[in-house]
Amino acid sequence: MEQFAPVKRSKDGQPVRYLIVDDSVFARKNLARMIESFGGQLAAEAGDGLTAISEFERTHPDIVLMDITMPQMEGIEAAEKIVQAHPEARVVMVSSVGYQENIVAALQRGARHFVQKPVKPEVLYEVIKYVLGEDGAVAAGAGA
Amino acid sequence: MKMELIQPFINAADAVLSQGLQCATKVGNLTMEEAAYRRKGVAGMVAVTGDIEGRIIVDLEPQTAVRVASHYAGAELPESDGLIKETVFELANQVVGNAICALNDQGFHFRVHPPVLVTSDEGDRTSEDVEALVFCFETPKGNVFMNVALRYNKRRMSDHAVVGA
Repeated sequence: MEQFAPVKRSKDGQPVRYLIVDDSVFARKNLARMIESFGGQLAAEAGDGLTAISEFERTHPDIVLMDITMPQMEGIEAAEKIVQAHPEARVVMVSSVGYQENIVAALQRGARHFVQKPVKPEVLYEVIKYVLGEDGAVAAGAGA
Repeated sequence: MKMELIQPFINAADAVLSQGLQCATKVGNLTMEEAAYRRKGVAGMVAVTGDIEGRIIVDLEPQTAVRVASHYAGAELPESDGLIKETVFELANQVVGNAICALNDQGFHFRVHPPVLVTSDEGDRTSEDVEALVFCFETPKGNVFMNVALRYNKRRMSDHAVVGA
């Protein structure tokens, strides 16, 4: 997989920590490989919205990558609950069901951005940088 | 089944497979299936409900499934690896999700359900108003089959007609 210039946390220069939420093991592995190529660190994984909430409470990641269609609790509801409890949480929806109603619902309920599956690494990389804003810094002189 | 329902699935499968496998794909045989569905290998089914209801099955012969999953994993996987099933699920999910987006742009509203594994060798006989179309996508990794059985939800569509009247 293509390597990207590492994105670090501005405050301490540490890797950005991610919570990946998807009911598909395949999708989780794929996203984990991508964030590794961005210089990030996997804080935790979850296969449904309920587990996502408890894993967020446990690990306090910098970014949550959240699928929508999942068993038990869907991603938009989980994102809303996380953001209600932690307004600073950065949730990026990552779903194949990227029609306008879903995107609007996700953004209205607290998600910061939406990435359509199949995920292109270069698109996710730009979204991560955008969502982190000043809290993220691209390491100088590294990678592509 | 009208072509306006089918074309988004062809386009989505073509886009998802060509991007994921990094190769050109070709739509091979297209057949109407009136008999019961017969599983070819590793198959994932996604149900949709809403203005249009039905199910889409993505089905790969076992060796094709291994080759496709190994490509995505970046390593050779044994036939028994659970990731093979997961890969087929995710392919089904992405194809259906992308197709649904296109249909949503045409005004149809849906709910997509999580993929489930098709374990029986033979499915239900296709009913009169849910005829199935079977597509074969030819890829360098092998053939990927997609079985699409959808119908308009008459109650939902008549609701729309009343609202729009």
